[in-house]
Amino acid sequence: MDLHFGDSKPTDDERAAVDALLGPPESSWEGADRSDADLRWARGGREARDRRDLLLPGLHAINDQVGWISEGALDYLCRRLTVPPAEAYGVATFYAMFSVKPRPATVLHVCTDLACAAAGASELCAGIEARLGLGSGVSVERSPCLGLCERAPAALAIRAGDPVRTAVSAPATVHDAVLAASAPDSAPEEPSAAMAVPQAGDPSLALLRRVGVVDPSSLDDYRAHGGYTALRRAFELGPAGVIREVTDSGLVGRGGAAFPTGRKWQATASQPDHPHYLVCNADESEPGTFKDRVIMEGDPFALVEAMTIAAYATGAHKGYLYLRGEYPRALRRLEHAIAQARARGLLGDDVLGQGYAFDIEIRRGAGAYICGEETALFNSIEGYRGEPRSKPPFPVEKGLFGKPTVENNVETLVNVLPILTMGAPAYAAIGTAKSTGPKLFCVSGSVERPGIYELPFGATLGELLELAGVRERLRAVLLGGAAGGFVRPDELDIPLTFEGTREAGTTLGSGVVMAFDDTVPLPRLLLRIAEFFRDESCGQCVPCRVGTVRQEEALHRIVQRTGAAAADDIALLREVGRAMRDASICGLGQTAWNAVESAIDRLGAYE
Amino acid sequence: MTVIPLGIPRRLLEFTIDGEPVRTTEGSTILDACRAAGKDIPTLCEGDTLRPKNACRVCVVEVEGSRTLVPACSRKAEPGMEVKTDTERARHSRRIVLELLASSVDLSTTPKVAEWIKEYEAKPDRFGPDAARLNEEPKIDNDLYVRDYDKCILCYKCVDACGDQWQNSFAISVAGRGFDARIAVEQDAPLTESACVYCGNCIEVCPTGALSFKSEFDMRAAGTWDESAQTETTTVCAYCGVGCNLTLHVQDNEIVKVTSPHDNPVTHGNLCIKGRFGYQHVQNRD
Repeated sequence: MDLHFGDSKPTDDERAAVDALLGPPESSWEGADRSDADLRWARGGREARDRRDLLLPGLHAINDQVGWISEGALDYLCRRLTVPPAEAYGVATFYAMFSVKPRPATVLHVCTDLACAAAGASELCAGIEARLGLGSGVSVERSPCLGLCERAPAALAIRAGDPVRTAVSAPATVHDAVLAASAPDSAPEEPSAAMAVPQAGDPSLALLRRVGVVDPSSLDDYRAHGGYTALRRAFELGPAGVIREVTDSGLVGRGGAAFPTGRKWQATASQPDHPHYLVCNADESEPGTFKDRVIMEGDPFALVEAMTIAAYATGAHKGYLYLRGEYPRALRRLEHAIAQARARGLLGDDVLGQGYAFDIEIRRGAGAYICGEETALFNSIEGYRGEPRSKPPFPVEKGLFGKPTVENNVETLVNVLPILTMGAPAYAAIGTAKSTGPKLFCVSGSVERPGIYELPFGATLGELLELAGVRERLRAVLLGGAAGGFVRPDELDIPLTFEGTREAGTTLGSGVVMAFDDTVPLPRLLLRIAEFFRDESCGQCVPCRVGTVRQEEALHRIVQRTGAAAADDIALLREVGRAMRDASICGLGQTAWNAVESAIDRLGAYE
Repeated sequence: MTVIPLGIPRRLLEFTIDGEPVRTTEGSTILDACRAAGKDIPTLCEGDTLRPKNACRVCVVEVEGSRTLVPACSRKAEPGMEVKTDTERARHSRRIVLELLASSVDLSTTPKVAEWIKEYEAKPDRFGPDAARLNEEPKIDNDLYVRDYDKCILCYKCVDACGDQWQNSFAISVAGRGFDARIAVEQDAPLTESACVYCGNCIEVCPTGALSFKSEFDMRAAGTWDESAQTETTTVCAYCGVGCNLTLHVQDNEIVKVTSPHDNPVTHGNLCIKGRFGYQHVQNRD
């Protein structure tokens, strides 16, 4: 690989940011000043290229320090990692949180997605933009869902520097958001994660039991509340025993696809190719979803323990935790938890003295919904554009770095703890025969007590909404987020199970339950959903790349129309939607029309 | 003596296409088998010298038991598979894909696409006059070839040919995301500031004419480009000892374009700057 670089040089700050991640360069081949030795030995080659997966962390390092990624900085990072600058440019421009153009050091991300839109995000945004215009030193960016729906409307300020500073303002007012952006250090502390759990402290909870009860920064506190008993049990059972328990428990994936976890683990464990990898998908970006954030902020050690068990069962010694870039507090909590666990021998070469080696590395996303798709996530970790791969081959056979990989959502993994502590039969007794165990629901919108609710599978939508204190004049409920579907207020007896929602012609998805009253114009919501998919389509396949644009255009045309005036565009939407569902490469394009279709068919949105 | 490599013997597997039993070698794609069976399936991003990218989705077919349609170009045939190539469902997706592309991209120089649009009764103008288009101007930044990204369907073939599949120059990549994604060199700079070595192997694989010889681009602009008046002569490049085959495209006794046969075991359609663009001496008649 004969790389070509321009003449741009990095600034001292940019060089320092990259060197802090990668260490100082060893030779001029990697960007240092030329020495005599460099003329004799060429360095780089395969060894350097094998570090391609550090490209994304490198881009983060530059962006964190400087606020944007200049040509000189990108070139320097490419030299260090032997990455072609064109490819690195393609990666940097893929992510919404990066900029390759100069911008102010502070970026204020104002959520304009569904829950926040219903809570007045557009007025908020206009107010903020009026206060923070050009020359204010803050760049205001309208953002997709920030995962703070229980405190809508939300804003997240990120100020570049060493260290990078962040501040969350939610529920945000113009004043609070401007304060967070102009002085992130003096912004008021975020409320505890337990505030997002109205049931906090209820001893009957299985997954949220410790949220708000334990100190999320204390390993001792975690252990005092039953932490690491599941891992001990796992070592007693052995890897095959753990997989048997998980299979018998009937656990299925909680990220939205509902694939049986035990089968995935078994398929990975039995692959002869090595090494095996474990990937935790914490790129929680489905609009309306914030359950994984609450777990990671409120009970981070539970995820560390659960990942250790999953890796042990599937024969992995390395785990990657891919965390969405908009979750600064979850990042801090998890970094701390992993360091603590490592210091106490719960991660590392000899976990719990059992001779089993396992460690976790956190990788931050950078603003791309598509990276929650399992194979796009692999590409993102590997330092490529986060575009989905075609399947087959499936990840259990060829996943991260082309090796057998088990990838699970945060909530799925955390379910493994009660499975091992209470035993598969007791766990399987919770819920219904086909949907076993407890489930987390992210309730937001027009309810008195928005937040994460833990209920056994089988509770009805009405029961959940009652618990959350649904407000009067309910117009629609969105299940499963932007990729899910709307149901009517007279369908509240739908049982919240995989089979129950399927029978009702809708989906449980990732557990989003968003209630809308009749003050929110439905066509506006649908337009927002369409904008979301247009913005988040990776662009790889035609049905999704152009189809999401055509869908948005049609919804824009009919935003004020009904009946016959909308009929032509609805017919067009149906045809494009059908092709997106049938012919897109991945779940993003395949589901981009779901919510709109359900609003037309179930809610009569344009009648 | 020419040695023809026979390769490892491969087993045959049986499956059905449109209800008719077919046999194909293990490892072949559905598309290979369809073509062998004489079924025509439209393709755009598929390239005979490249690994399937399956980005355009115009080759989708129905496979029994599959929730979604599958791309014929990349899905390997499996024993017992029941493939249906011409169902209403598959035709619907192909039609929409053609409409989506034709409504956003200039397909005027894409071979065969006009036929397919007719065959599938696609109506690209149904999205209205305000439908978003790429709206790119041709990038003319060197004397050898032009990048007219208004004609780009983002099939990734040029990126793959420039990257690890052939040239290993990695001068171009996809930049941006979604509808705003474009093929670009770093910083969207002119080609002359990039790692491009002007091998022109990207032009060779471009299915839409977005990448073309400067000579072809100029002649098209002047209205003098006439493929029916061109002859193609395959010869051997005289520059070095590798022995690449060149196909000279000649119009009015002038070389207007140089390609290489894709089945040539030396080039697989690839050339270097000398073979591709260094033909002026042939025409030096002084």
